[in-house]
Amino acid sequence: MSVSSGGPAAAPAMRNGLAPAWGDLPGHRVEFGRDRPFRLDSGVELGPFTVAYQTYGRLNADKSNAILVCHALTGDQYVAETHPVTGKPGWWEMLVGPGQVVDTERWFVICANVLGGCLGTSGPRDIDPATGQPWGLSFPVITIADMVRSQKLLIEHLGIEKLFCVIGGSMGGMQVLQWATSYPDRVFSAVPIATAARHSAQNIAFHEVGRQAIMADPDWCGGDYLQQGRRPGAGLAVARMAAHITYLSEAALHRKFGRALQDRTGLSYGFDADFQVESYLRHQGSTFVERFDANSYLYITRAMDYFDIAAEHGGVLANAFRGSPTRFCLFSFTSDWLFPTSESRAVVHALNAAAANVSFVEIDSDKGHDAFLLDEPEFHATLRGFLAGCADHWSRGR
Amino acid sequence: MSGVAERAAAAALRVDLQIIADMIPEGARVLDVGCEDGALLAHLVRGKNVDGRGVELSQAGVNVCVSNGLSVIQGDADTDLGGYPSDVFDFVVLSQTLQATRDPKGVLADLVRIGRRAVVSFPNFGHWRVRWHLLTRGRMPVTRHLTYQWYDTPNIHFCTILDFLALCGEIGVEIERGLALDEVGRVQPYSAVGRRANLMAAQAMFVLRRR
Repeated sequence: MSVSSGGPAAAPAMRNGLAPAWGDLPGHRVEFGRDRPFRLDSGVELGPFTVAYQTYGRLNADKSNAILVCHALTGDQYVAETHPVTGKPGWWEMLVGPGQVVDTERWFVICANVLGGCLGTSGPRDIDPATGQPWGLSFPVITIADMVRSQKLLIEHLGIEKLFCVIGGSMGGMQVLQWATSYPDRVFSAVPIATAARHSAQNIAFHEVGRQAIMADPDWCGGDYLQQGRRPGAGLAVARMAAHITYLSEAALHRKFGRALQDRTGLSYGFDADFQVESYLRHQGSTFVERFDANSYLYITRAMDYFDIAAEHGGVLANAFRGSPTRFCLFSFTSDWLFPTSESRAVVHALNAAAANVSFVEIDSDKGHDAFLLDEPEFHATLRGFLAGCADHWSRGR
Repeated sequence: MSGVAERAAAAALRVDLQIIADMIPEGARVLDVGCEDGALLAHLVRGKNVDGRGVELSQAGVNVCVSNGLSVIQGDADTDLGGYPSDVFDFVVLSQTLQATRDPKGVLADLVRIGRRAVVSFPNFGHWRVRWHLLTRGRMPVTRHLTYQWYDTPNIHFCTILDFLALCGEIGVEIERGLALDEVGRVQPYSAVGRRANLMAAQAMFVLRRR
């Protein structure tokens, strides 16, 4: 299959001051659920719906070189190209591309916007065909398993029997674990990075803070802001600011900002952004609202909160991996307090208990949870080796 | 195929690791606990088509192993063996590590539980050089083979061969085979399970199984 990846382009026209309508975004789109409704974990049937995705590289003749990349909460399908809305580099360009660790000269890389997302795959920002109005809160609640089921439809649509690898960090890692437990025979290798088999109470708590910030914004309008021609920018920005702190570490914040002042020589004795760290967070908040939909943020954080693989398997995580033929490699980062090493280790122990094939590496980094997106040579070198080893086993048929 | 692993497989193994490698049959399922840089695992995976897994404490060691395409987790014998099901490996290897564990008795029991056979090697604290050092100098022995000072040694549970054999008897572990080794790991011509080995052997290696 020859693939155009919708190269770098000027930002398309904005709709309601938000991200562009999906029709304007570069990339591939496929519709599912028209003939056969798509049953969600909630019991609601969704259909038809759209999955927007990007591909990089070339699928080989026997379709044996496909790698599915799963994106995190606020990521999207633009893994390795200039983002069509922000104009910034792809979120994993450091890892995915020609000659990179996930070498697109060798592998056919697929990444789909998650169900409930706001960059082309159906979500609360899209029009409900039944009403002709944006779904808003009438969009059904989705789960990580629903996201993965929609990705499986995409993989089948592309004619791929077995993925060489499914890889992703954070919420992307949750999808990797879901793939490996729901469809073990379709996943040759799995790389869950900086993730967990269930969302912790602390992480649900942080998400709730973000959701309450959005819902407390009068411009949220009970979720109907699109119809009202408004947008809850202040609430979404606060949600992003709070979340962003959890992606870093105290050491990283201190190294980057310390107590340095922003464009001033002394304290203002007021509530301006006196400190650089405040200015930085405000910037993170205000740029985020330009590219992300507030209702999508509610839905996707909810999907993460509901994630608990053991719960699907009688409360015993090891049962989820019984008889798994997949080769796993887990990564965690020492300063990640959102998805700490203990979470990865719990998955490793469950995999051991199921006698699965597993590697686990904890990378020494002070960059917090975000380390999986950053330049971490040890992480990249180890992942490169793991993929090479898997390719060797694949070619030997085991 | 990973070039580094190929080179590792082709390079000569340490003498004691070569002895272990020779014990393990083609295609076996092997867990190497304390696998260091994965030299033994790489040798077995590439050379004997073994389904090999490793556990290693040091991050540097794990990274080298995984980079070379080996299936290795970061962990240690004390905390990471309990989760494995019984009889899941044909061989579990614990090379020169037992004396560094917090709970050698529990570790030993786990080794023969998760492996149908366990290969365990350790330095013999009953060796005449150790005895001589303590007798003549009255200080904790520091030898060519045991180079640490008492305050910085990771080896917190030294034993003699006779101590080890007594523990095996106590917890129902059967000795299937024993080798007395000198300081560099060469096999000695005498039995590993007697008083002579306890005095003369610098190290010992045993193949164990549960009774």
